[in-house]
Amino acid sequence: MDLHFGDSKPTDEERAAVDALLGPPESSWEGADRSDADLRWARGGREARDRRDLLLPGLHAINDRVGWISDGALDYLCRRLTVPPAEAYGVATFYAMFSVKPRPATVLHVCTDLACAAAGAPELCAGIEERLGLGSGVSVQRSPCLGLCERAPAALAIRAGDPVRTAVSAPATVHDAVLAASAPDSAPQEPPAGLAVPQAGQDGLMLLHRVGVVDPASLDDYRAHGGYTALRRAFELGPAGVIREVTDSGLVGRGGAAFPTGRKWQATASQPDRPHYLVCNADESEPGTFKDRVLMEGDPYALVEAMTIAGYATGAHRGYLYLRGEYPRALHRLEHAIAQARARGLLGDDVLGQGYAFDIEIRRGAGAYICGEETALFNSIEGYRGEPRSKPPFPVEKGLFGKPTVENNVETLVNVLPILTIGAPAYAAIGTERSTGPKLFCVSGTVERPGVYELPFGATLGDLLALAGVRDGLRAVLLGGAAGGFVRADELDIPLTFEGTREAGTTLGSGVVMAFDDSVPLPRLLLRIAEFFRDESCGQCVPCRVGTVRQEEALHRIAERTGAAAADDIALLREVGRAMRDASICGLGQTAWNAVESAIDRLGAYE
Amino acid sequence: MSKRDRTPKTYTRLTHPLVRDARDEPFRRASWEEALDRAARGLARNRGAFGMFSCARATNEMNYVAQKFARVVMGTNNVDSCNRTCHAPSVAGLSAAFGSGGGTSSYEEIEHTDVIVMWGSNARFAHPIFFQHVLKGIRNGARMYAVDPRRTSTAEWAESWLGLNVGTDIPMAHAIGREIIHAGLANEAFIERATTGFEEYKALVEPWTLSLAEKVTGVPAAAIRELAHAYARAERAQLCWTLGITEHHNGTDNVRALINLSLLTGHVGRYGSGLQPLRGQNNVQGGGDMGAIPNRLPGFQDILDPDIRLKFESAWDTVIQPHYGLNLTEMFEAMEDGTLKAVYCVGENPAQSEADSEQAVRRLKALDFLVVQDIFLTKTAELADVVLPATAGWAETDGTTTNSERRVQRVRKAVTPPGEAREDIDIICDLAARLGHDWKYADAETVWNELRSVSPDHYGMTYARLEEHQGIQWPCPSTDGLEPTYLHGRLWEPDPAERGPLAPFGIVQHDPPVDLTDEEYPIRLTTGRRLDSYNTGVQSGGYASPLRRGEYIELSPEDAERYGVVVGEQVQVTSRRGSVTAPVWVDPALRSGLAFMTMHFPDEVDTNALTIEANCPIAGTAEFKASAIRIEKLPIATIVG
Amino acid sequence: MTVTPLGIPRRMLEFTIDGEQARVPEGSTILDACRAAGKDIPTLCEGDTLRPKNACRVCVVEVEGARTLVPACSRKAEPGMEVRTGTERARHSRKVVLELLASSVDLSTTPRVAGWLKEYEAKPDRFGPDAARLNEEPKIDNDLYVRDYDKCILCYKCVDACGDQWQNTFAISVAGRGFDARIAVEHDAPLTDSACVYCGNCIEVCPTGALSFKSEFDMRAAGTWDESRQTETTTVCAYCGVGCNLTLHVQDNEIVKVTSPHDNPVTHGNLCIKGRFGYQHVQNRG
Repeated sequence: MDLHFGDSKPTDEERAAVDALLGPPESSWEGADRSDADLRWARGGREARDRRDLLLPGLHAINDRVGWISDGALDYLCRRLTVPPAEAYGVATFYAMFSVKPRPATVLHVCTDLACAAAGAPELCAGIEERLGLGSGVSVQRSPCLGLCERAPAALAIRAGDPVRTAVSAPATVHDAVLAASAPDSAPQEPPAGLAVPQAGQDGLMLLHRVGVVDPASLDDYRAHGGYTALRRAFELGPAGVIREVTDSGLVGRGGAAFPTGRKWQATASQPDRPHYLVCNADESEPGTFKDRVLMEGDPYALVEAMTIAGYATGAHRGYLYLRGEYPRALHRLEHAIAQARARGLLGDDVLGQGYAFDIEIRRGAGAYICGEETALFNSIEGYRGEPRSKPPFPVEKGLFGKPTVENNVETLVNVLPILTIGAPAYAAIGTERSTGPKLFCVSGTVERPGVYELPFGATLGDLLALAGVRDGLRAVLLGGAAGGFVRADELDIPLTFEGTREAGTTLGSGVVMAFDDSVPLPRLLLRIAEFFRDESCGQCVPCRVGTVRQEEALHRIAERTGAAAADDIALLREVGRAMRDASICGLGQTAWNAVESAIDRLGAYE
Repeated sequence: MSKRDRTPKTYTRLTHPLVRDARDEPFRRASWEEALDRAARGLARNRGAFGMFSCARATNEMNYVAQKFARVVMGTNNVDSCNRTCHAPSVAGLSAAFGSGGGTSSYEEIEHTDVIVMWGSNARFAHPIFFQHVLKGIRNGARMYAVDPRRTSTAEWAESWLGLNVGTDIPMAHAIGREIIHAGLANEAFIERATTGFEEYKALVEPWTLSLAEKVTGVPAAAIRELAHAYARAERAQLCWTLGITEHHNGTDNVRALINLSLLTGHVGRYGSGLQPLRGQNNVQGGGDMGAIPNRLPGFQDILDPDIRLKFESAWDTVIQPHYGLNLTEMFEAMEDGTLKAVYCVGENPAQSEADSEQAVRRLKALDFLVVQDIFLTKTAELADVVLPATAGWAETDGTTTNSERRVQRVRKAVTPPGEAREDIDIICDLAARLGHDWKYADAETVWNELRSVSPDHYGMTYARLEEHQGIQWPCPSTDGLEPTYLHGRLWEPDPAERGPLAPFGIVQHDPPVDLTDEEYPIRLTTGRRLDSYNTGVQSGGYASPLRRGEYIELSPEDAERYGVVVGEQVQVTSRRGSVTAPVWVDPALRSGLAFMTMHFPDEVDTNALTIEANCPIAGTAEFKASAIRIEKLPIATIVG
Repeated sequence: MTVTPLGIPRRMLEFTIDGEQARVPEGSTILDACRAAGKDIPTLCEGDTLRPKNACRVCVVEVEGARTLVPACSRKAEPGMEVRTGTERARHSRKVVLELLASSVDLSTTPRVAGWLKEYEAKPDRFGPDAARLNEEPKIDNDLYVRDYDKCILCYKCVDACGDQWQNTFAISVAGRGFDARIAVEHDAPLTDSACVYCGNCIEVCPTGALSFKSEFDMRAAGTWDESRQTETTTVCAYCGVGCNLTLHVQDNEIVKVTSPHDNPVTHGNLCIKGRFGYQHVQNRG
């Protein structure tokens, strides 16, 4: 491609960061010194254009090393990958974790989202900003949910360098957060993942039984606790047999849409187009959700094994694990686990000696809630802006790189292990008829023991909150996160199943259960939700791009109003919300108004 | 990089006729009556020593009338146009092989082909919208190969770019041919059925091993081999070229060498497989089709064919000279020896577009009489005795033009010409009337219908049908149907009668550029176009392109360092013919020993003072693409910038 | 009789639009079918030479059984589909989309939009005087064309025309996210430092006048732009031999704008810098 580059040149450090990812440039056309051979023969074309998917890893490489992405660095990366600089600029500016303007090497992300806001994030933030002003060498950024709700309020420090360093402070104090930002290496270690599971070690857990029990770094420990029996069973059953088991188990997707997993696998497996891809959606960004993080940090091999099984069943030889950019510990655990599995022949050309080839590549997100949408995630992996695609065609037909793709979230995949080890009938006997199996819930807010809970489908909201130790003065519970809905404190008998929540006019979503007492003003929470969607709208379609702005404006206007004074704006919210739900391209716009609507209708906000 | 401050020459329209009594006098304004009378007198007294420069920029209808003027009024076949400076070798080569001088494929076909070879063509800059069709092809999965001394914007899209030495196209082509034969990839069925001279060709290319070709062209053997295999193995392949092939002293041989590859592999005469020379001017195809060339009558019909001549003689009520006329190059030579004394030049600017421009100006000055008909007072018009203000063919007149894919399309009058400017056809007819031929053409369509009546290839193209189909490609012999988008499908016919004349392999030898590099002139200068500028810049200078930076001598970074010159620094550029000063530009697409200039800004830097008038003996095109030069730092460094 | 290959014949399929039977070739969109049936559905981001982006959502219709409304411009017709174009639900979304756009973007030069605002009884003022707008100043950084992003509805058409669908120059992209997303060149630089080759193919597809010839921009500013006094004449470009068709827009014997027919087999609506802007020489009349 005849790309245009400006005069900006990369620094040695930026060049080294890119070369560390891509290897040294092969010719002067890619950025090496000029040689006579280059001036006689140059390769390009299809092969050169086919590496676009390394753009996002390349941006990470620069950002990790330098802390921001300069013109020269971006141009060099583009030259290496044959990507137009304008497009790369469009991609770089899409993600919240990247900056195309100079900034300090250390960025402290302070969560100001729902659970943290309820736990004093505004004061924390103000305190930190006072200590880490200009010249402190730290850039403080108010962040959407960091997925650390069980330890709210939370802060995440990222210091660019070689290697990049991170430190988590949660629950954070001003002192701890400042320490984490100014000396990430000497900040205290995070508590083990098991501490996020109040039930850890209890009998009968199927998804969490190893979390807090096994050494997450040890493949042998994993195998000593039943690891890789499911994969062996899968090879006995054959791909069709695995799909039959998963179909018969009644497993449905745990990401929120509740689509039958077996059907999705079958549809992908039967596509004649090749290759097939498996994508694990670990871009857990729904405010209030942190179960996938806990699973990945506490039992990483389970995900590796489950992805291998899913790939085997659907005819994929390559799996992509799209991991949220704000999950540094999950990244390290999984990088280690994948390397170990590869070393032991559990990934690679001949998995378990069965003649099946499968490998997993981790791709990091970079701060975009929308990339949790399955087709936006494909675009993100492919090196484009994380904008959702129009469906149909659906991913099973044209997904990643335009090929048949099965995409599942972490929790869904991990459910496959017990299905294969205990068999579909036994699994299907758990839970209710239409919601089978165990379910993970992310409980946070005003409860004594926040964390991830595993309960069979069918337990009530009250059961769950009792386990977590709900505090007095419960005002409302948010189910399903920012895209979910509020229920009242007197609705605790709602059964936590897909059908039960649907009947009650709410949603289970991704399993968020966030409790609020009356200490937090409801309008402020609703405004935070509206801000979240305004910030996270990709901007592609009008109803969502402008609608989220108009909704936030209306909620600002009525923050201090009630009754007739708010009526006009509530009518406006409803009209705009209806168009967003009906006419937006993807689930983000379609659900952005759900929580606010439920607060008005169910909780009587602004009355 | 900042653009230097330039005050480029802009041309304003001619609004009234200009005459003068002697060449050393200034022009004075004249009435049309006076100007035309003078022109008629000047031409009449030089009957028998007359040449017509027709215009590759004007309509088919104007070209038809212009050649008719030459043949009927002046009784000569000395009519030609600037196609001589660019693509005459393509026409000559293609007609030698296939009997017809047009590209064999259509733009749309390149979107549905498998392999595209762009040889000596920076279409990305010179033919941007054609390149969009190429890009569609690439997006549809075609693999493109580029053969060019420079790694141009076009080449940057290629799977593989082969940076050969200037003027080594025949060794490259022969080596590719030999490799195809030796690898068993030749299309024997096609060779057997549709070609002649294969055995001779096989013997011709046999010495051109990959390693010998590597020595001569500078391109690694592996790259040549890969291109050979890709082209031969493709189910469909397109071979496109531009002036990098034709503007050589042996341009027609170069074209033949490329055509050989299509004959060897059967990549011609099928949908998606063909040969595509990209024409450089809006109607350079049509000018030739209309007979504004010395060897063909309208409809590309051979003058030497008595039946054809008879047809035209009865249609025009005249006698047509039974021999070829002089081409543009030969006419210039005839000026030198005094056998050509009067020229009627319509819309051309040979004073700046010819190679070795000093020589061209000297020869034009030697004429007894020069009448120039143009929209601007060009450098050529400044040399004239009579200047006639004309209309801009594309926006101020009605008619048709023919593009590179042989598509005849309507041009329409959108604006009224300034002042007293008149349509070319009307002016020519008024002159013809003064010289005893009273032609009546009510409008352009009347001219077109006369052309249709004498040209079978155009017969089916009524104005109404051209409108309906947004242009029609020739041949179009019937008013009822359309022919395939590609030519020479006949070559695939099993029946020898329908197959027609077979296509001969061209037996052509490598002949290096005439202007050799040596110690005194160590740098090879080649020329080309830029995206936003055009030819001698008379038209394109009129708009404010943000991309335009004027003329530079473009050097490789290595040479710039060797000579200790920087971007913007004025240097002396000298060839064996002339010397100019030009500022330096550094282009990483060039290698050491290779320099590049354009002919877009002759009023700033007269590039053609450097180029060599070494002409292709068959087509008459000069070797613009290969001069030997040297670069010298000026004693006092001047940096523009 | 024609010998030109016509491609593989397409199968026909049947479905209903507003209760009436429609028969279209496989692969047709709902919009294709609606237009064939003479139904006027508003569109903004749809372009006849571009793949549907379905970003503006003003063409949404109701399809029986679908959870949400569907964009007519991109959704392919399926056998047996029941499409309704004028339901209250569809009209509501169109109205709100028009209100959202008109309240944030300068639509003063967008053809037909005033009529739609009226037809759908849209009231863009209802979001109040403080409703956020784009608030962009026209970018005038070259002599050929102006980018007035205050008029940009982010339809992506310019990006697609500059990108892999036609020009493959990739000078522009959408940068930023959400309401702050803007069309930008790399590093948000001036156009003159970018990859732009000034083909103007972005102007050709811009549906709102955000991109316009400098001549049009200046004449509008001076109040002399008058389309009722303009003629449009299609002719052939005067430069290279490709033979691109140009439509010259002439006002008072001056060429003021150049476009190209979108259905032309040579150009498909695209031109290069010379064809689009290189007309000035004919009107250097001294």
